Amino acid sequence: MSEGTLYDAVWDRHRVTTLPTGQDQLFVGLHLIHEVTSPQAFGMLEERDLEVAYPELTHATVDHIIPTADQSRPYSDDAAERMMVELEENVREAGIEFSDPGSGDQGIVHVIGPEQGLTQPGKTIVCGDSHTSTHGAFGALAFGIGTSQIRDVLATGTVAMEKQKVRKIQVDGELPTGVEAKDVILEIIRRLGTEGGVGYVYEYAGSAIESMGMEGRMSICNMSIEGGARAGYVNPDETTYEWLAETDYFRENPEKFDELEPYWESIRSDETAEYDDVVRIDADELEPVVTWGTTPGQGVGITQPIPAPEELPADKQDTARRAQEHMRVEPGETMEGYPIDVAFLGSCTNARLPDLRRAAAVVEGRQVHEDVRAMVVPGSQRVQAAAETEGLRETFERAGFEWRNAGCSMCLGMNEDQLEGEEACASSSNRNFVGRQGSKDGRTVLMNPRMVVAAAINGEVTDVRTLPEVTAR
Amino acid sequence: MSAEIPEVESVSGTGVAIRGNDIDTDQVIPARFMKVVTFDGLGQFAFFDQRFTDGDEEKDHPMNEPAHREASVMVVNANFGCGSSREHAPQALMRWGIDALIGESFAEIFAGNCLALGIPTVEADEETIEDLQSWVEANPDGEIEIDVASETVTYGDRTVDVSVDEAQRRALVDGVWDTTALMKANAGEVRRTAEELPYVDLDGD
Repeated sequence: MSEGTLYDAVWDRHRVTTLPTGQDQLFVGLHLIHEVTSPQAFGMLEERDLEVAYPELTHATVDHIIPTADQSRPYSDDAAERMMVELEENVREAGIEFSDPGSGDQGIVHVIGPEQGLTQPGKTIVCGDSHTSTHGAFGALAFGIGTSQIRDVLATGTVAMEKQKVRKIQVDGELPTGVEAKDVILEIIRRLGTEGGVGYVYEYAGSAIESMGMEGRMSICNMSIEGGARAGYVNPDETTYEWLAETDYFRENPEKFDELEPYWESIRSDETAEYDDVVRIDADELEPVVTWGTTPGQGVGITQPIPAPEELPADKQDTARRAQEHMRVEPGETMEGYPIDVAFLGSCTNARLPDLRRAAAVVEGRQVHEDVRAMVVPGSQRVQAAAETEGLRETFERAGFEWRNAGCSMCLGMNEDQLEGEEACASSSNRNFVGRQGSKDGRTVLMNPRMVVAAAINGEVTDVRTLPEVTAR
Repeated sequence: MSAEIPEVESVSGTGVAIRGNDIDTDQVIPARFMKVVTFDGLGQFAFFDQRFTDGDEEKDHPMNEPAHREASVMVVNANFGCGSSREHAPQALMRWGIDALIGESFAEIFAGNCLALGIPTVEADEETIEDLQSWVEANPDGEIEIDVASETVTYGDRTVDVSVDEAQRRALVDGVWDTTALMKANAGEVRRTAEELPYVDLDGD
């Protein structure tokens, strides 16, 4: 077992006791809730006549079902309206703070937590959403839970967990021009497999990670779950602290910063920490990665040929065959030139301000292809406001992108934003599962935000490095 | 308080084989069926897009076959339940009639969600699963018995070894898989743990 890692340190500080099952009971420092996975848990509490134990450590937002176009109430979708009303009632009764659309603080739960300074190093953070791993970018131990576990956390402030192994993923070197955090994580999943991380927590380390901003680290930790790892983290450092200092919590409580910094330093993985596994990746040799199939592990460098199923390990061949049939791609070809109908720039993976800025720089002076519908969905109301102030909205709109309000949107098609029929979508989101974006025949190609807008402009998957202002930075 | 938590030492019933690796929870329950505030009624939507056409007509799928309609044991391949953490997935399977799953491997959050419902997710190697899936297809009314305590599965005239995660095995066999009451009993220790953490500000302190 690992020793001396951040994971060990945070686990030990939060362990209440060992349960009769052998699982540890872990204290939860921050419980984030949203409208899709929490209502049933509140119902279970009511059935058992239990109350929310720590409302002051719980924070709510609405993201999955919220419309991104017309947000006037009642929502035009009755089911969405009912879910929103249910959430409003639950948080009011329990006294839980709610970043609702009227607050200007609403957004995707994994965008707003960091924004407001709720996400901090050394916290245990849970949410009924598998992309909770995002918060690990700050050195938090953060993971997704199911609804029965939400009930546990609401009722007790704790969760029952088995300790996992720790795999260090050491990414050294410098990312080449046009290659981003998203490509790093798609490459990691491609190499280690979608189930390679089961039983592990991933620690991302190395010079390429250290030189990344917080948003890039969040994109990487976000998709830990796509690699099978329930949690992923980066050790906190100066980059983390600078980011934290600008958040609401530490602006309002500057004394807390000095008070907590020794704790943050104390939980960092030791130089001599022991890991259950170490994987090394050379950042210099990476290129933009896109998916050709229907799992996030079915990725390929943009200049590399799509693999033939029979070249893959035996247990991957069947899935690959079905995926290639669904996506209508041929082994031996590259993904470059794959025609797309829709471009989606959004999601908890890639809808933060720097993502939109980089993409806007590519869009400037260009037009969305006439056969493509393209939309930008900022990760939060704050991202949206900041982007509008900077003029990014105008850049996108002038080019023919729709500019929407914040939410999960077309990442999972729970609101009106969905693929239709067999549409192919260049998407900055995290899952290319069949049916994920709302149409069971829809086809999703995952890629980084600049690749998404390049595809929108050309109407086909495009190596963004071929665009002049990307290479001549 | 909560009702008595049943011990799940074994599960038996007929089987249904769902073949394929990396079956994600979006396939088990598409997101559009999650616009609900309770889990009631989700059973009919389990594997909906695999089972029905756009016109709601039944497709060729094991769960649509009359012989498998009473099945309570689902036999699956590798990395079953990957993707979204939605408990709607095991809830939909449970409400369709599934009481246990046997597979090559399961995604972690999915397995945890199953445990919270008292549903075992037991594992066996590829060959064992292949044999069992073929047997289930040939014997839709054949009884499968999963002995969680002794980690074996018996079907036809065969008994094979399977593995059950140790915490899951203890939780099911000892009837401590519903952790709310168990953890609520430690409220004092929970508060002490919280107070030792430098970042926690509790109301009323």
